[in-house]
Amino acid sequence: MENNDKLIIGNHEFNSRFILGSGKYSMKLIEAAIRDAGSEIITVAVRRANTKEHENIIDYIPKNVTLLPNTSGARDAKEAVRIAKLARELGCGNFIKIEIMKDSKYLLPDNYETIKATEILAAEGFIVMPYMYPDLNVARELVNVGAAAVMPLAAPIGSNKGLSTKDFIQILIDEIELPIIVDAGIGRPSQACEAMEMGAAAIMANTALATAGNLPIMASAFRQAIEAGRKAYLAGLGRVLIRGASASDPLTGFLHD
Amino acid sequence: MKNQFYVDSKTLPMNVLNKKHELETNPMSRSNHLEYLPDMEQIKSDIQSKVLKQVQNYNYSSYTTKNIKTALEHETCTIEDFKALLSPAAESFLEQMAQRASQETSKHFGNTIYLFTPLYIANYCENYCVYCGFNCYNDIKRMKLTYEQIEHEMKIISDSGMEEILILTGESHSKSDVKYIGTACKLAQKYFRNVGLEIYPVNVEDYKYLHECGADYVTIFQETYDSDRYEQLHLAGHKRVFLYRFEAQERALMAGMRGVGFSALLGLADFRRDALATALHVYYLQKKYPHAEFSLSCPRLRPIINNDKINPLDVGERQLCQILCAYRIFLPFVGITVSSRESASFRNGIVKIAATKISAGVSTGIGDHESKYNGKNVENFGDEQFEIADNRSFKKMYDDMTKEGLQPVLNDYLYV
Amino acid sequence: MVQINGKNEDIAGKNLRDYLHAANYDTRIIVVEINEKIIEKEQYQNTIIKDGDIIEIITFMGGGTMI
Repeated sequence: MENNDKLIIGNHEFNSRFILGSGKYSMKLIEAAIRDAGSEIITVAVRRANTKEHENIIDYIPKNVTLLPNTSGARDAKEAVRIAKLARELGCGNFIKIEIMKDSKYLLPDNYETIKATEILAAEGFIVMPYMYPDLNVARELVNVGAAAVMPLAAPIGSNKGLSTKDFIQILIDEIELPIIVDAGIGRPSQACEAMEMGAAAIMANTALATAGNLPIMASAFRQAIEAGRKAYLAGLGRVLIRGASASDPLTGFLHD
Repeated sequence: MKNQFYVDSKTLPMNVLNKKHELETNPMSRSNHLEYLPDMEQIKSDIQSKVLKQVQNYNYSSYTTKNIKTALEHETCTIEDFKALLSPAAESFLEQMAQRASQETSKHFGNTIYLFTPLYIANYCENYCVYCGFNCYNDIKRMKLTYEQIEHEMKIISDSGMEEILILTGESHSKSDVKYIGTACKLAQKYFRNVGLEIYPVNVEDYKYLHECGADYVTIFQETYDSDRYEQLHLAGHKRVFLYRFEAQERALMAGMRGVGFSALLGLADFRRDALATALHVYYLQKKYPHAEFSLSCPRLRPIINNDKINPLDVGERQLCQILCAYRIFLPFVGITVSSRESASFRNGIVKIAATKISAGVSTGIGDHESKYNGKNVENFGDEQFEIADNRSFKKMYDDMTKEGLQPVLNDYLYV
Repeated sequence: MVQINGKNEDIAGKNLRDYLHAANYDTRIIVVEINEKIIEKEQYQNTIIKDGDIIEIITFMGGGTMI
């Protein structure tokens, strides 16, 4: 990719625009997934530690990859703040992805609590990346309270349904100056590519890889799709030929001089 | 070709005339137009630097046919696309631009056209803006309506059927102070559903007061966004302070006004740059105040009393149409007002492409509505700011718009 | 009784560092919270576990909302 086309999140620069989730597959596969995805950011959850288990996910993640802890498990802003502070204490930087779900059936993010948590954590120096339902007013609030990126969902999490919220994500891309990272619901490389063509700054995927027949090959397919979409966006898409557009009466016939 | 703006009145005393000439010929005799006066509020805002930076780097001759085609194919018009649409290369795409603009207009406004009328309540002015009929050195009949006269004028206008009014004054803080204007707004609330203001820029506190008095829309013309040119045209008075004027809309929004209007007066400077700056002024403020309503006008220079030679130079109807189409494509959601400075035929045509608001029953003079509306002989009135080109009455305009297939709307507004 | 990661254990009076060591936790990659207050690593030695304490021992793990 072009060396000068960086993804910038909170003063940190990244070359890759593919953020990898780490759920639902074995630690053994993580190294290969990161390598073939070319990812520089991987999300991790914060959970109770087990005894007698000296193997930790951290040991499988190359040192040059940025850890993006998430607040999954939080049901409100207060819990998300607590989880974020625990994550920071683990000593892997200031990044935090806010995930707050009050609803266990659809696992939709709670935008209201997400704004509150973002405000608190941004004020405490975190680089806050909120996962949200794509709503322009909420996105503007997230900008105002100090988010470093906005992560709208494309479809219900884990659904692999693709860009169900396409029009609304496009509005965020057009109106919000922070990176818009499409998260949740992206199931195929072609969908990732489409989001990138629209001008998304990056893609986050997990289930699509974890449930693929061959994880490392799918990781590499996503990588290529995301790079292709980005290139297409930068190049400027060509025209769509509209057939059957009728020539109406000239509108400018009244002009003098 | 240049406009010759300076006109000496025979009635001016020698010392005043000398001062006028000094201002015109010696730039050193003028104040620094980039310095706020002591009574002017300074707000923290990055809008101005964002706009002026884009304008500075705008090289409109670099755009080609290819850029225009691309711009017209994009679903959303980027700043770069807009720059292309304003360029000379886009002139040969005027019909395509009009088709696209017309689609955008009907997407956002259907077939509605809003009608309003301006009411000038005073023409005293402390500024010397060389192109304006109200300028303090121009020998015209000055007048300020009493509250009774204001109410009388409003009644006549309201009786004609109009429901929205725009109150205007010359820029005189002493003759037309904020309290006088506020009282006019309160009176207007009795007769109209929607009250707008086009007065000198004021501080946030004063905008708050005027809002409480019933005004909800504030229009300020920047005239030109070219700071150097601005300096040469606004030689004296409060209006000379370029930045304070630039920030007026933002102060109005901070004070709680619902909507703000913008404009450059085309013909004063490089019209493409001024059109770009005007639209970007809206664009960046909209991002910062997404709840607000925005409107644009596109006036061209007109002859004034004592100087009938003033004209908009290189801004012909085709150029004006191009700018309005580009505005519409770039900012599909904004209201676009077309002034009575333009001819009836131009206005009839442009409402089908881009304009959404049109004035009718217009007088830019003071206290002469009775004579203009009812043919009654009024002896005492103040002179006009500029000559209008379309003098259709409210009734005639309403009927004409209906004939053009449009739906005239007198008001769709809620004061909360 | 002390509650550690949800389980009751009879370890009141022990020093935190000794407990973590004995329980075989990898202290590089955990963070300890006692009664919702994070304990800094340097304080493990000086922290005596009291009766009724609620202790969470946390680490990173693969996953997110779905898991």
